[in-house]
Amino acid sequence: MPSLGADMESGKLVHWLVKPGSVVRKGDVVAVVETHKGAFEIEVFEEGVISELCAKEGEELPVGAPLARLAKLGEAPPAAPPKAPEAAPKVIQVSAPAPVVETERATETPASPSVTQPASRLRVTPVARRRAGELGIGLDALKGTGIDGSVTLADVHLAIAKGVSSKAPSPAAVPTARRKGFDPDEMRQAIAAAMSRSKREIPHYYLTSTIDMSRSLAWLETFNKQHKPEERLLPAVLLLKATALALRKNPQLNGFWENGRFRPSDGIHIGWAISLRGGGLIAPAIHEVDNHSLPSLMGALHDLVGRARRGGIRGSEMMDPTFTITSLGDRGAESALGVIYPPQVAILGFGRVFKRPWVVDEQVTARPLLTASLAADHRASDGHVGGLFLAAVDRFLQEPETL
Amino acid sequence: MSQKPHLDRESGRHLFKQMMRIRRFEAKCAELYQAQKIRGFLHLYDGEEAVAVGVMQALDDRDAVVATYRDHGHALARGLPMGTLMAEMYGKVEGCSRGRGGSMHFFDRARRFYGGNAIVGGGLPLAIGIAMADKQLSPGAVTACFFGEGAASEGAFHESMNLAKLWNLPVLFVCENNLYAMGMPLELAEAETDISRKAAAYRTPSEAVDGMNPIAVEAAATRAVASIRSGNGPYFLECRTYRFRAHSMFDTQLYRTREEIGLWRERDPLPRMQKWLEETHMLSPQEVRDIEADVEAEIGEAVAFAERGQWEKIENLERFVLMDEVPE
Amino acid sequence: MNEQAAKAGANRMTYREACRQAIREALTNDPRTFLMGEDVGLYGGCYAVSKGLLDEFGPQRVRDTPLAEATFVGAGIGAAMAGLRPIVEIMTCNFSLLALDQIMNNAATIPHMSGGQFAVPLVIRMATGAGRQLAAQHSHSLEGWFAHIPGLKVLAPGTIEDARFMLKAALTDPNPVMIFEHIVLYNAEGELDPDVIHVDIANARIRRSGRDVSILTYGNSLPKCLAAAETLAADGIEAEVVDLRVLRPLDNATIFESVARTRRCVIVDEGWKSGSISAEIAARLSEDLFFELDAPIRRICSREVPIPYAAHMEEAALPQTRQIVDAARSLVKPQ
Repeated sequence: MPSLGADMESGKLVHWLVKPGSVVRKGDVVAVVETHKGAFEIEVFEEGVISELCAKEGEELPVGAPLARLAKLGEAPPAAPPKAPEAAPKVIQVSAPAPVVETERATETPASPSVTQPASRLRVTPVARRRAGELGIGLDALKGTGIDGSVTLADVHLAIAKGVSSKAPSPAAVPTARRKGFDPDEMRQAIAAAMSRSKREIPHYYLTSTIDMSRSLAWLETFNKQHKPEERLLPAVLLLKATALALRKNPQLNGFWENGRFRPSDGIHIGWAISLRGGGLIAPAIHEVDNHSLPSLMGALHDLVGRARRGGIRGSEMMDPTFTITSLGDRGAESALGVIYPPQVAILGFGRVFKRPWVVDEQVTARPLLTASLAADHRASDGHVGGLFLAAVDRFLQEPETL
Repeated sequence: MSQKPHLDRESGRHLFKQMMRIRRFEAKCAELYQAQKIRGFLHLYDGEEAVAVGVMQALDDRDAVVATYRDHGHALARGLPMGTLMAEMYGKVEGCSRGRGGSMHFFDRARRFYGGNAIVGGGLPLAIGIAMADKQLSPGAVTACFFGEGAASEGAFHESMNLAKLWNLPVLFVCENNLYAMGMPLELAEAETDISRKAAAYRTPSEAVDGMNPIAVEAAATRAVASIRSGNGPYFLECRTYRFRAHSMFDTQLYRTREEIGLWRERDPLPRMQKWLEETHMLSPQEVRDIEADVEAEIGEAVAFAERGQWEKIENLERFVLMDEVPE
Repeated sequence: MNEQAAKAGANRMTYREACRQAIREALTNDPRTFLMGEDVGLYGGCYAVSKGLLDEFGPQRVRDTPLAEATFVGAGIGAAMAGLRPIVEIMTCNFSLLALDQIMNNAATIPHMSGGQFAVPLVIRMATGAGRQLAAQHSHSLEGWFAHIPGLKVLAPGTIEDARFMLKAALTDPNPVMIFEHIVLYNAEGELDPDVIHVDIANARIRRSGRDVSILTYGNSLPKCLAAAETLAADGIEAEVVDLRVLRPLDNATIFESVARTRRCVIVDEGWKSGSISAEIAARLSEDLFFELDAPIRRICSREVPIPYAAHMEEAALPQTRQIVDAARSLVKPQ
């Protein structure tokens, strides 16, 4: 059955004008075929003898199906049918994805609709849903403040600040109404989820450096003597500012690991780990740390710690950090090797400042020393970057007047 | 260039052979179409060969050609290699449009062949612009613009006729009047069925010529091109012709009778030319057979070339949608 | 007047004057370039863009055409294929429909259909948009339609700088480039940065930075969005305004980067909402940026009506600053 048009798929053989044994010449009309466009006369392009009519009158045949067989003139018709006509040109195959095997779904016992369908659907924005999933936060525990009451990214982060986690509520908790405000148990759950994910997914590497704090502390003492008590600074602000300036020089540590690659952040927003009196820990952001003066940084830190302990942290402050510092302060241990808070890519831990022997100008002398420990995500940076970063922190702390 | 065609042995043989190349090439195309080697639309020029062959004789390398979707004859007569045309219809990357155009869209930059255009009347405005450019960049060059009589119904035809004369542009309008716009008979489509008279409204010299006679077409085209080259602006040639085969492959020809086709067949330019050449002893029967053998060999090579050709890689699908540079 | 003030004066101009200077520069720099269209010469241009250029360059370079859009646009295509660098002006984009066949079937297809043998280095300029009470055959925004077509580049200058320099970039591009000049912007005045003598035609630009919501727009909606951002700032909402500039090919990178940062998006488009460029962008955001979104995408478009004549109806049909403010606020501060 010849193709007479691009949209012709089949044709009906109306009648034959030849019979077996008929001699045909190039251009002879041998049959009439009916198509959706009307009747066509079918011509042959070779001369020969019709050896066999394959199609019956009235038969509908797809394009490409043999209508008849033609033998060369003077040749006996072959005993066996000759080989099939040459195949049509291969259609170029655009590589198609392998078919999805749905056996798993097929064998699953369908759940009863009444169980799976919530009475009314919770509105959660796509990014909030993704983030809550990453942090192991249960969505139905969250209060939405977004458009049409939707749960937004800020709501998810606020929930962490408040210690909400209903990922796996205990059976006893189900009937009771959701508790408002801070709940140490739920915060424990939230921290557990985030830290488990971190250790599960992030290949941490660790670098440690000992920093001589004598210049910084001396400068601080002089500064504080010249200022009223409410204007005095804590060593923490020097650590914050030095870290921010070092991050400026090493932006590979300031940002997020998302969708399989590192996305650097424009601003340097440092999360400051604050332990809460009732137990638990949060690390809300101080924004644009590198652009603050030391006094303004002191104000920001003071405000943040105060609000954290009163429960007044905004959701946005929870989601903004691009890097985290955990500082153990006077009562802490020697060093702090932190766990990265995803999707951030690094955390810097400062231990307690101890007076220890230190070599200065070939002399052993007592100096206040601080151990700075970096934990960084090896997917986003390498140890070389981390080393440069720690060296930069050290350098800035040796020049406190420039901070 | 002489204004009279050379009616010597050499040019007679040339006209005959060119027409035979087109006729036999297209017969092969029809066969390959039915075997599904060639797909899409296939519009055959069967019967109209004298027009393209005659007009191309009057052109030289500097001139430009704008063709229609029935462009096999134009392309072969203009000198596009047969193998690249067949490869194009196969959809192969060796085709004259890298497999992106098919039967209706042959292009060849080197031969100033500005494409078969599948919008009726779509090529006329292009010809105006090409002639504008030539007037500035290549004075003396002529743009030959082919179109069917169906295009005369389109607005673009009238706009282009007007602009060509208004701006005195070197355009040779070649109307291939085969009496049917697909299935629409001329007398049902046009208030004025004498197409050549339409040129008068645009103060453009025009001529109607027997489109079944390559010698007459060549003579008229040569006169027209000489007039254009001497700075007189556009010229309009109506070639009265007939297609023996259907509009395209999938056409049962309900709109015309077998008797009419039979009458026109008697004027088939190929046997007429052959008879004339043999009677005037410009061509012997043996020479006819030699020409046929040459043509068949060329077609065989063209098919083999197309068969050997490669498919464009799918990763190149979007190539040339946006150009990186203007080709030199 | 001191030197600085004199310099500032020379760089202050209208959008119309910027378009004219761009054409003058093109005609001066390249003998292959000419301007062709209806009433571009003797009349001085329907919107007076080409006023004076006929006297400067003569009728071969500033060529008045009869009312024959299909053919003079097609002639521009042919001339570009054969070596010239034409600028074709279509009086308003509604008239471009008479030449749509040539634009779509020839300009956009021939480079590809010829296997890369022929380029069409043509620029088509046209007036677009509403706001002058010109009613339903002179007021539409059809740039979104043309942005549907592979093979074309579609530009929408929304600033004096783009009006001044996009043409130059368009003329050096080997592809057919369509420039949509908004009729309301022709009278807009602004200062050109004397250090800028070149703009790209590939990227969107952030015209105002902000962290709370991205407002994506182009053309005459740009000043409306900038005004909306001012109002929002007073309310403590920092809106980022992205000027798309190039509607085809769309600059996904800039759009995605902005919306990924703000996580909220309002698209403002003077075209009708159905099947518009705003629909295309919203679709791309939901395809590629779904998991970054913290609010539904909002669109402010023209009402689905042929643009009416009477001023109050025309105003009601078009995107207005107040709607943009409301939409942005509803995403950032829903209560």
